[in-house]
Amino acid sequence: MQKSINLKSFLVKNNTYIIFFAMLIACIFISETFLLPINLINIGLQQSAPLLVAVGMLFVIMTGGIDLSVGSIMAISSSVACLLMRDAGFGLAGGILAAVCIGLICGMITGALVAYCNMQAFVASLSVMTAVRGVAYIITNGSPIKVEGTTLSTLVAPGNGYPVIIIAALVIVAFCLIQNYTTYGRIVIAVGSNKNAVELAGIRVKRYMLSTYMISGVLAAIAGIFYSARTSTGSATVGDGAELDAIAACVLGGASLTGGRGSVFKTLLGALILAFIGNIMNLKGVGAYAQDVVQGCLIVAAVLLQGIKSK
Amino acid sequence: MDGNYKLQMKDISKSFAGVHALRDVSLNVKQGEIHALLGENGAGKSTLMKILSGAYQKDSGEIYIDGKQVKIHTPRDAKTLGIAVIYQELVLAPDLTVAENIFIDKLSNGRGYINWKKLRADTRKQLDDLGFGDIDPNAKCGDLSIAYQQVIEICKCLTRKARILVLDEPTAVLTFKEIRKLFDVLNKLRDDGVSIIYISHRLEEIFELSDNITVLKDGQYVTTVPTGEIDKHRLVNLMVGRELKDLFPPRSASIGEVVLSAENIRAVPRVNGVSFSVRAGEVVGFSGLVGVGRTETMRAIFGADKMDSGKILYCGKDTHFKDPKDAVRHKFGMLSEDRKNEGVLLEQSIRMNVTIAALDKVTDRTGFIIKRKAEKKFVEDILKSIQTKYASIENDVDSLSGGNQQKIALAKWIAADCKCIVFDEPTRGVDIGAKVEIYKVINSFAENGIAVVMISSEMPEIIGMCDRVYVMRNGRVSGELEREELSEDQLISLAMEV
Repeated sequence: MQKSINLKSFLVKNNTYIIFFAMLIACIFISETFLLPINLINIGLQQSAPLLVAVGMLFVIMTGGIDLSVGSIMAISSSVACLLMRDAGFGLAGGILAAVCIGLICGMITGALVAYCNMQAFVASLSVMTAVRGVAYIITNGSPIKVEGTTLSTLVAPGNGYPVIIIAALVIVAFCLIQNYTTYGRIVIAVGSNKNAVELAGIRVKRYMLSTYMISGVLAAIAGIFYSARTSTGSATVGDGAELDAIAACVLGGASLTGGRGSVFKTLLGALILAFIGNIMNLKGVGAYAQDVVQGCLIVAAVLLQGIKSK
Repeated sequence: MDGNYKLQMKDISKSFAGVHALRDVSLNVKQGEIHALLGENGAGKSTLMKILSGAYQKDSGEIYIDGKQVKIHTPRDAKTLGIAVIYQELVLAPDLTVAENIFIDKLSNGRGYINWKKLRADTRKQLDDLGFGDIDPNAKCGDLSIAYQQVIEICKCLTRKARILVLDEPTAVLTFKEIRKLFDVLNKLRDDGVSIIYISHRLEEIFELSDNITVLKDGQYVTTVPTGEIDKHRLVNLMVGRELKDLFPPRSASIGEVVLSAENIRAVPRVNGVSFSVRAGEVVGFSGLVGVGRTETMRAIFGADKMDSGKILYCGKDTHFKDPKDAVRHKFGMLSEDRKNEGVLLEQSIRMNVTIAALDKVTDRTGFIIKRKAEKKFVEDILKSIQTKYASIENDVDSLSGGNQQKIALAKWIAADCKCIVFDEPTRGVDIGAKVEIYKVINSFAENGIAVVMISSEMPEIIGMCDRVYVMRNGRVSGELEREELSEDQLISLAMEV
């Protein structure tokens, strides 16, 4: 009796770790290439963008919101940065700065609609998602923008120690610290847990809600550039469906879509679980469609494991 | 088994994770009686009732209804057996209307469509029977006061032809007038042969209403006595082993300067010109019926709601708090009456709850980075000073009893170092033992020179705790009483239109 309760709570508490290690071990056994440095670096290069998006999404989700606009922000950031670098003589730093500003503004719009106009996060971010993607198509005329030379590709160059991986790692560490050791991280999760109580405790809740969407926007913008860097090409199609992968990573990491629960580190594991599935199936030559099926089933399994708690 | 009893629960035991919540508890209820179930929080009343309603499964023991042994595995089983429970936490759908909520499980009566006209008429009749003719069947439940929502909840059970009705603290949120009406209804139901199990912490009610009393303590059966054969004194002793006069602990506060004075506060529609003042070290009560604008007055001053007009002098300065943050920054705190929705963060740690209004006290010089070690000590010191029971400050507040949850909410304002604090119904839904502890905390606030405002609907509490009392009626102060003038008669006559 006692033992089964402990096993249950152990499963509930640690299901992200359990799934992560199970996935890791499975991958190692299934393919010898999995652990090769070249493959791991490849995973890092591919996943740095989705990871950033997932971390931004997590902060929004912890307040009880959701940000569907991140995929579109990746697209507009990728398009604008590449256009500026190709046609306006912007350098890499200039391009990134412009993209980050755009991400900030997009996040600010969604956040303001949610926090100050009391719009539902789903609706607000859905609108921004649609409109922003449209803008990206308009400014690129729907065609890809190839940036010649090495400006953009330095971000993924081995000579510099793969900057995207390093930046992504730094961002994760920073947000881990923010979540656990700062008033900001504390208040964000408190807001998602009980907005009214936090407001009555003398905290300007709306500002915090707004700020999470701004963070999400900025991280999505950086992710857009990371994505473009791999092919040196900007496009309005970048980040299609990225919002769903990000949400999936958060949920696998134990976040609750009603807010008040979530962890940066576990979201990292959640994103890696998704990455491993994709990677191992690629290595084994399984098609993309089957990958989606496995991914979907896995999310259900993870949430069911967490669901034991509510009984 | 004995055929005289409508319901018999025999030798019921239940444990959670190896801890006994109930040990060989028995409860015998006759047909057509009001049976009070008494005990402190944690005594096992709620667990026993959850077993009766099918929410929990007993580990051992037997349940008989009308002398026949029954098995209750699910809430549905209980419903079929004519058992209805009205929980402390209301389970109404806030976006549905009164009529829809009352008839939620038989909206169409099997016809496949809803006869709205009949539904409304039936609802009207139900409400009129209860004496609540002023509730509109078409109103959304979420828009009603908690008191009215409770009435809807009772109505809902009555339409299900319940023969055994369990009421868990039904009057905690009702006004004096509403309580009278509820009692009339309960007496009528008793005469109709319904067996009522009545849980309340208010002894006055139990003496007025019940036929028999069963007392539980620490998960064990103490005794069952006819109400007429016991007095308050002995009853409290049975429950807690404590004397009644110790309920309101003495206070040695010296009263100082005026901290807060409000003049002609208006906030439509509930507050129509309220003036009052409170001095350092003073406990000022706000009495009156539920819904006369006491909470609204304080929320307007606190900046949580819009204040239409009025003047606030705070610490000698003309002040207007534009939002709660502004108020808290000026060391003005307010403990909400709605613990679950506005008081604590239930799914978060004790640590987080205690420091949420005082994060600046546990951060480094940047005001951004939390010093977790210092925070731990800060939290533990505060909790120790108010004798809160907890296993670890990392535990969720959800895992604590109601009384200890309320102490966490109080601890938040101790942490915030207030000069003036408003307690809105600070002892709602907590047992006698925890009440005394909360009174002690309030006393220590006053003894530390803090100006305390206490809104309470419980007259003994107002009389036992306050130095001075304002009584409100229809959004105005209808009277002010000094400590020596306080009596229930005075309070009632000022609270009601005479």
